[in-house]
Formats: sequence, C-alpha cells, structure tokens
Amino acid sequence: MSFDLNFIGILIGAIMASSVPLILAASGELITERSGVLNLGVEGMMIIGAISGFALMIVTDNLFFAVIGSMLSGLIISIIFGILTQSLLTNHVATGLALTIFGIGMSAMIGKNFVGIPGKEFPLLFVNLKENIPFFGPILFGHSVILYFAFLLPFITNYFLKKTKIGLIIRAVGDSPTSASNQGINVILVRYSCILYGGAMCGLAGAYLSLIYTPQWIENMTGGRGWIALALVVFATWSPIKVLIGALIFGGITILQLHMQAIGFRIPVQLLSALPYIMTIIVLVIISRDSRKIKLNTPTSLGQIFYKEK
Amino acid sequence: MYKNFLRYIISALFLLGLSVQANADFKVGFVYVGPTGDHGWTYQHDEGRKAVEAAGIKTTYVESVPEGADAERVIRQLAQSGHDLIFTTSFGYMDPTNKVAKDFPNVKFEHATGYKREHPNVSTYSARFYEGRTLLGHMAGKMTKTNVIGYIASFPIPEVIRGINAMTLAAQKVNPDIKTKIVWVFTWYDPGKESEAAQALIDQGADIIMQHTDSTAPVQVAEKAGVWSFGQASDMQRFAPKSILTSIIDDWAPYYVERSIAARDGTWKQQDTWHGLKEGMVAMAAYNPAMGSDLVKEVEQLQKDLASGKTHSFTGPIYDQKGNILVAEGSVADDGMLAGMNVYVKGVEGDIPQ
Repeated sequence: MSFDLNFIGILIGAIMASSVPLILAASGELITERSGVLNLGVEGMMIIGAISGFALMIVTDNLFFAVIGSMLSGLIISIIFGILTQSLLTNHVATGLALTIFGIGMSAMIGKNFVGIPGKEFPLLFVNLKENIPFFGPILFGHSVILYFAFLLPFITNYFLKKTKIGLIIRAVGDSPTSASNQGINVILVRYSCILYGGAMCGLAGAYLSLIYTPQWIENMTGGRGWIALALVVFATWSPIKVLIGALIFGGITILQLHMQAIGFRIPVQLLSALPYIMTIIVLVIISRDSRKIKLNTPTSLGQIFYKEK
Repeated sequence: MYKNFLRYIISALFLLGLSVQANADFKVGFVYVGPTGDHGWTYQHDEGRKAVEAAGIKTTYVESVPEGADAERVIRQLAQSGHDLIFTTSFGYMDPTNKVAKDFPNVKFEHATGYKREHPNVSTYSARFYEGRTLLGHMAGKMTKTNVIGYIASFPIPEVIRGINAMTLAAQKVNPDIKTKIVWVFTWYDPGKESEAAQALIDQGADIIMQHTDSTAPVQVAEKAGVWSFGQASDMQRFAPKSILTSIIDDWAPYYVERSIAARDGTWKQQDTWHGLKEGMVAMAAYNPAMGSDLVKEVEQLQKDLASGKTHSFTGPIYDQKGNILVAEGSVADDGMLAGMNVYVKGVEGDIPQ
C-alpha cells in the first residue's frame, strides 16, 4: 500500500484526466443553454465525435485531423438539431433525445469497421518534468494538449460570458429572446452559433475518450458521460467555474472509490459506487445556494421555442 | 391454424417439399446485454447466432438491452413478432424471461447463466467458466512477483464469485502467498470505468489484471503499465499482445445450432445445460510464450485434466474467509453448491457486496 506524496500526485493527475470529457462537454452545453436552447443530445454528439476522431486517426494517420474532424462532426450533427429546433420549431427535449439515439446508432454503424483496431499513442507534453518533479510533476505535466485546453476552458467561458459583448448578447438571447430580438439581435443566428459551438465541444469530448483516455473504438464508449455533463450544467447553475468543480469532484470520487476498494476499505461497495453522484450533487447544491446568483445565471427562456414575430 | 394449414398445402403443391417449407417461418431471436462489437461477451454470443444463420435458420437480435424493465419489453416484442425460440443472454434477464415465457407457452426460451425454469418452455444454459478461471489462477500464481492479483468484478452474483474463488484456489495452490484484490464496478460494460479500475488495482501493487467485465479496456491498461492480463469471453490477444497470457473463450455456436435445430424439428425439450472445457463451450486462446514453455506445458496438462474430470476446480479442503470448512478434504463441490456460491474462499480480501 503506497501513500507517499508522489502517489497522491499521480492520483490527482488521473482524476484530472478522467474529468476532461465532462468539462469539455459541459462547457459546450453551458453556452448552448445560456442562449436558451436545451440540447439533450450531448451523449449522441459525444459518441459521434468519438468515432469520427478515431476513424480519422486510423484513416489519415494524423492526430491533428482526427481532433479537428471530431469537432467538425460534432458540429455537423448539431446542425441537424439546430435546423429542427430553430428553423422548424420542434420541441427541444424530444429533438435532443432523438439526437442521442441517432448518434449512438450512427456511431455504431460507422464504427463497425473500426472495432478491434488498437489506437495510436497520443503525444503527451512535458513527460520529463512529470517524472522528475515529485508530487507536482504528475499533477501539472505529462498530459495531452486537450487536457490543458479543457482546464482553461471554464475560465475562458466565464470571461467570455461576463466581459465580452458577444457573451452579453448570448445571455440576453437566453433570458429574453423577444426583447433581444426587438433590440435588433438576430436570435436565431445567435442560437444556431451556440448550438454549433456546443456540438463541437461535445465532439472534442468524445474524441478525448477514443483518442487519449481509452485509445480504441468501442460501441457506447461514452458510457453515459454525456448525461452526467448535462446534469453538471444544471447543478452548477450555469456557472462555468462550478462546472469545473463539479466535474473534478465527480471524476475524483469515481476514481477514489475504485482505489478505496482496491486498498480494502470496509465500506459497502454500493455506497461507494453511488458516492460520485451523491457528493457532486451535495457539493454543487451547497456552493450554489445563493438564490440571487442563480437567478442571474439561469437562462430564463431555456428550452422554449422562439417565434420571431413578423 | 387454418391459415397455416393453407400455407402448408400451397407450399406442398408448389415445392413438393413439405417438411422444409412448413418451417420456413421459423425464426430465432437473441437478446444481448452489450453491443455486438464489444469483442467480449456479446460478440461471442453473436458469433453463435451467425452459426445458426449459417445452418439455414433465420435469426434476429436486439443489442445493448439493459437488464430490467426494458428487457421484458424487448423479449415480449420478439415473442409477439413470431420468433419461435428466444435466447436471452445475460443473468439479469432471468425474471423477465420467465415472465414472458408464461404468456407465450408456444415459444421456447433459453436463458443464459440463470437458474430459474418456472415454465416448461424455459431452458437454462451456461458454461463452466470457472474451469478457465482455474487455469488463469495457476498462471497468475506462477507469474506474479508482487503476489497481488487484481480482479475487476461486475456484479456480486454466484457466477462472478465462483470465478473469483476458482482463480484464488488455483493460484494459492502454486503460490500460498498470493492475495486477490477485487474492485466491483457494477457494470458489465463501461470501458472508461473498467480501465480506471484496472489502473487502481495496478496502483495498489497488482501485477496481474483479471476481469469479469466485457470490454477490452482493462487489458489495454495492463499492456501500457507492463503487467500481465487475461482476456475475457473472446480472444483479446491483439488488443494487448505483450500483456495477455491467454483468454477464456466462450463458444456458444454448437449449442445454439443444436438447440435451434431441435426447436425447428420439434424435438426441443426443457433442460439445464452446464458445459465446460470437456464439451468445448469453454475454450482457451493460445498461451503467451512469454510465460515460458514449462509453464505452458503445465497449464496444458491442467487443462486436459480439468476436461477429463481428473482434476476439479473445487477440490477440498476449501475454507471460507473465516476458516469454516466449505468442502471437506477428498471431496469436490457439487453443482448445487457451485450454482449458489455466495461466499469468498480464504485468501480473498474484502467482503462480498450484499
């Protein structure tokens, strides 16, 4: 049983790695939801991203194309959602659910020829530093570039929403599309953009799974992470920083409970398995109990269909 | 009835081949717990289905069906849509299968790895995977340097516990110092979680990784970490060529073909099948030469002895964790005890989740 400092560092590094797909998908979905669109297709877009990334990696043998391609494929499939909900005014919830089912089926179909092919090594940065600096090394170094991006993303998103003009426009559209429209903002265009951005981030989250985390293609490999990401956005009351905290807690407890089992803690295993869900909800509810702030962050028009009056 | 009769007459007139044409509508349905591309449990069942198809019998399948309420709906749908024989291929389909069987007395049901046959049209079948686990235990006991064997377990059901025990007993026999560390993941199939569990076990000193889950993720983690591993359900060698010592292979094809033909020809009878190495329902993939030719020979001999019945995986004396005797010296565990196994043997760490 090893409890030295370096091991704890390795553990924290593993926790960070496991929360990356949640951070990426939830950050993307957060922008979509802040514009007033509820896209329940996160899982579907993630799995499409996962297979596209993996397939492109095998076919082109180029990781850059694979990553960009996964984002594009997430984006393309989110266009379907955009056309249906924004142009054809279908119900957000039903369309999103359909998107998930479609994504899972579609990915399985594309993936038939890619099952059982081992993935390629994804380059990790600063591997030397990881091994030579105790404790901080495994936490800060030896990760993929996508991980660093994922950990910056919530801060960028926060700044973007609060301090930039486009962020303000997105929030305005999400809170009151009618007033925004009367101000001359093209509500549909803004929402389309946010949907596409969300799709791209979900695609990237999926690619992280199939290219880096478990480098292979397996059907259903997202394993419900899209749904967790969706729940995180709500429990984090649409705040990017809290999404980051929630994702880390969820990833952390998932990994810790497996380690606790391996170490041999005498805690009922069922309780340990439920712990990630319970703790994430408890912590997020506690840190988000300021109702004034919740009101400020909640997109009031979430999930409502917007008709532009002519 | 009348419609069928007419159809028979017509087909007889046209083809003069009554016996073949009468059963042209015969269909076999399969319900899978995972995707057919899992390269593990479900993949092997689907290979069996393809063999049935190759024997000239129409088949359909539904994949990734969650155990529970959904399962009953899917099984019922298959029964309603004219399937004559339905294979339900996961332990959790046990109650749904029996429930649907009650409402469709003319449809035959075959449930894998369960023990409930509440109606005359329900058979059960399973494979003696534990014989394969005994071989893995022997190899693990010989190959480990840290004396810690990591075991990724799915659900606390007799089949899984039996595997853990068989493996531990065999490993202890060749290496009394070994410890079995278990991580329960409460899923049959979640690559991410399975690989995290494998990593956790490796971090805790395990240099052998064994899984009773269905994806190839754990063996890939083992390959990366440079520890030994074993494939589950199908040959996973190409996913971890250096790390995998062998895989336990489930070969359902002969059974599926035999039962499908029996059902088509009207000779199907309720039964409980439990086949192992002897009948070939459990097979072993090629042994990794990295373990040395002496050990390979040993294991091959043990495999022969298990198949011939000379050796039994559960030969006494066997003690539980508290030291109570489970199987007396000189005797072997009977099938009833094996089927309901719900305690760990001595040497396994931790408690069985209740």
